[in-house]
Amino acid sequence: MEKFNTHTGLVVPLDVANVDTDQIIPKQFLQKTERVGFGVHLFHDSRYLDHAGTQVNPDFVINKPEYKDASILLAGENFGCGSSREHAPWALQEYGFKVIIASSFADIFYGNCINVGLLPIKLSEAEIEQLFKLSADAQLMLTVDLPNNTVTCGELSFKFSLNEFQQYSLENGVDSVGWTLDKLDTIKAFEAKMPAWQ
Amino acid sequence: MTTSTPQTMYEKLWQTHLVEAAKGETPLLYVDRHLIHEVTSPQAFANLRFHNRPVRHPERTIATMDHNISTRSIKIDAAGEGAANQLRALAINCKDFGIELFDMGHKNQGIAHVIGPELGLTLPGTIIVCGDSHTATHGAFGALAFGIGTSEVEHVFATQTLRQNKAKTMKIEVKGHVGAGISAKDIILAIIGKTGSAGATGYVVEYCGEAIEALSMEERMTVCNMSIEFGAKAGLIAPDQTTFDYVEGKEYAPKGEVFEQAVVDWTNLKSDTDATFDAVLTLEAKDIKAQVTWGTNPGQVISVDGIVPSPEDFSDPVEKESCVSALNYMGLTAGTKMTDIQVNKVFIGSCTNSRIEDLRAAAGVVQKYEGQQVVETIDAIIVPGSYRVKEQAESEGLDKIFTDAGFEWRLPGCSMCLGMNDDVLEEGDRCASTSNRNFEGRQGRGSRTHLVSPEMAAAAAITGHFVDLNA
Repeated sequence: MEKFNTHTGLVVPLDVANVDTDQIIPKQFLQKTERVGFGVHLFHDSRYLDHAGTQVNPDFVINKPEYKDASILLAGENFGCGSSREHAPWALQEYGFKVIIASSFADIFYGNCINVGLLPIKLSEAEIEQLFKLSADAQLMLTVDLPNNTVTCGELSFKFSLNEFQQYSLENGVDSVGWTLDKLDTIKAFEAKMPAWQ
Repeated sequence: MTTSTPQTMYEKLWQTHLVEAAKGETPLLYVDRHLIHEVTSPQAFANLRFHNRPVRHPERTIATMDHNISTRSIKIDAAGEGAANQLRALAINCKDFGIELFDMGHKNQGIAHVIGPELGLTLPGTIIVCGDSHTATHGAFGALAFGIGTSEVEHVFATQTLRQNKAKTMKIEVKGHVGAGISAKDIILAIIGKTGSAGATGYVVEYCGEAIEALSMEERMTVCNMSIEFGAKAGLIAPDQTTFDYVEGKEYAPKGEVFEQAVVDWTNLKSDTDATFDAVLTLEAKDIKAQVTWGTNPGQVISVDGIVPSPEDFSDPVEKESCVSALNYMGLTAGTKMTDIQVNKVFIGSCTNSRIEDLRAAAGVVQKYEGQQVVETIDAIIVPGSYRVKEQAESEGLDKIFTDAGFEWRLPGCSMCLGMNDDVLEEGDRCASTSNRNFEGRQGRGSRTHLVSPEMAAAAAITGHFVDLNA
């Protein structure tokens, strides 16, 4: 996993609540055995007017030319609800997003983002509203500073928090499997004490 | 277990699976059982290969082919080349890493969350994970069961553990008894209608109360299955005699003395009487009516004797806006009676409602309409959850009841719940579905899903619209 330190990027506002993982990456694009090839299908049903994905929907916010280079997605509450498909964060990441900001995330999606190095940031509803307002008025550039847990834009600065280990893992690009494998003796000791039925 | 502080069932499961809680690290939990399928596992296997890591306990993992298989043929390529690629990859991966696989047509094949319980792979007091959000189903046994992403699938393969933050706890008590004709699906939809589709985000939910205790194991699975649909990490029901009787004698379940010891341990799992929960929700079972969703998330649900709500009915601005967009997508007008909504597709199946009791309930409704047929303009399919369910249903003659009435009797699989195979709705189709998600596009781009019980789905097939069977 790549290390995450700071990121400055353009925000695209997607002011919709309960965006589920079926919307983020519909099921017909899950038939791959690799981790790549999902970005082009991100938000497929909203992004394209036709099923085949040949006609771009000009009204969908992500397709607007002014947001072409966006790397920060500002989203509505309960973002990423539904299925556990990690293809959702893969698709967001491959499209070019580095950060997703919302007032709340579904649990599995949130964990999946951390595990692939896509930074999910929870801010308060009031802060999110302020960001939506700012991004409606003009193109909004934000700087996300993970070590200091801040999201800033000029004078404006919001704090966010992450679980201690998730923060460490993202900052250091930890191989989580390797990290746990270093504790194999502890796991074996646990197994030795398990009841027979387990 | 001896402890001075009263504990919830979740806390007991947590404590008995805590391998390590090192300072500065997310706690490490032991995983007893790992279910895998073709869609969310290939990239995890690829990473194992890349790092040259084995599956630590292949005997704790069981694989099935379910998500994108055809329900018309057991041929591996019957649902297209993309699906066949994933299915072949699963077969190769299982062979290379020593994992038992129930492949196309195997007698144990079926939807992961149907076969786990029916084979005795699902046990109380265990942690069960699968790269699928409906893993919550297994919570019906008093197992801590939840869906995981592919990176976590890889972590479980390599270490047989997972890192998890401790969730908050919510108790949902359903007091008293439900009225005649009210199903487990109605109970869980009514709960989600109360909490909203994100009402339990960050929580592990424990369902309790007389109405829950009175449920069979299969009904409990239906309830727990949809825990994720209101955001819960997992759903739990305390194991009791109903649970032990169900598990005893199952193929993979412990036997003899080991089983007896297990029952002693499982009996102690239930939440202590004075344990405290972070949130409590109470419902009166007698108030629960048959439910139908009208919108595009499972929280947008109403009694079948109700009317399609109006955005004006919601004070919360987000819910109001969601209502506007849901009505638009669903092609519904506020004020329409739910029983006036006509459907042109019916799907009975999915990990929520494809077990033998579901099929019996649906067949019972078909029989009530003596001799009547599925409306000519409706395509109605029945997809049993597993080969064992299919075989049982056929031995009881249920398939004949369905086919005589004009339903299609298909092969097991996830099918139209998510439409990864060719069981997909067309744009504008309106479906009475026993599945778990009514998201936009879930069953096919531009298609409209109404979540209901198997009884309601069967009635809709024969009458062409939703019916209040208890009126």
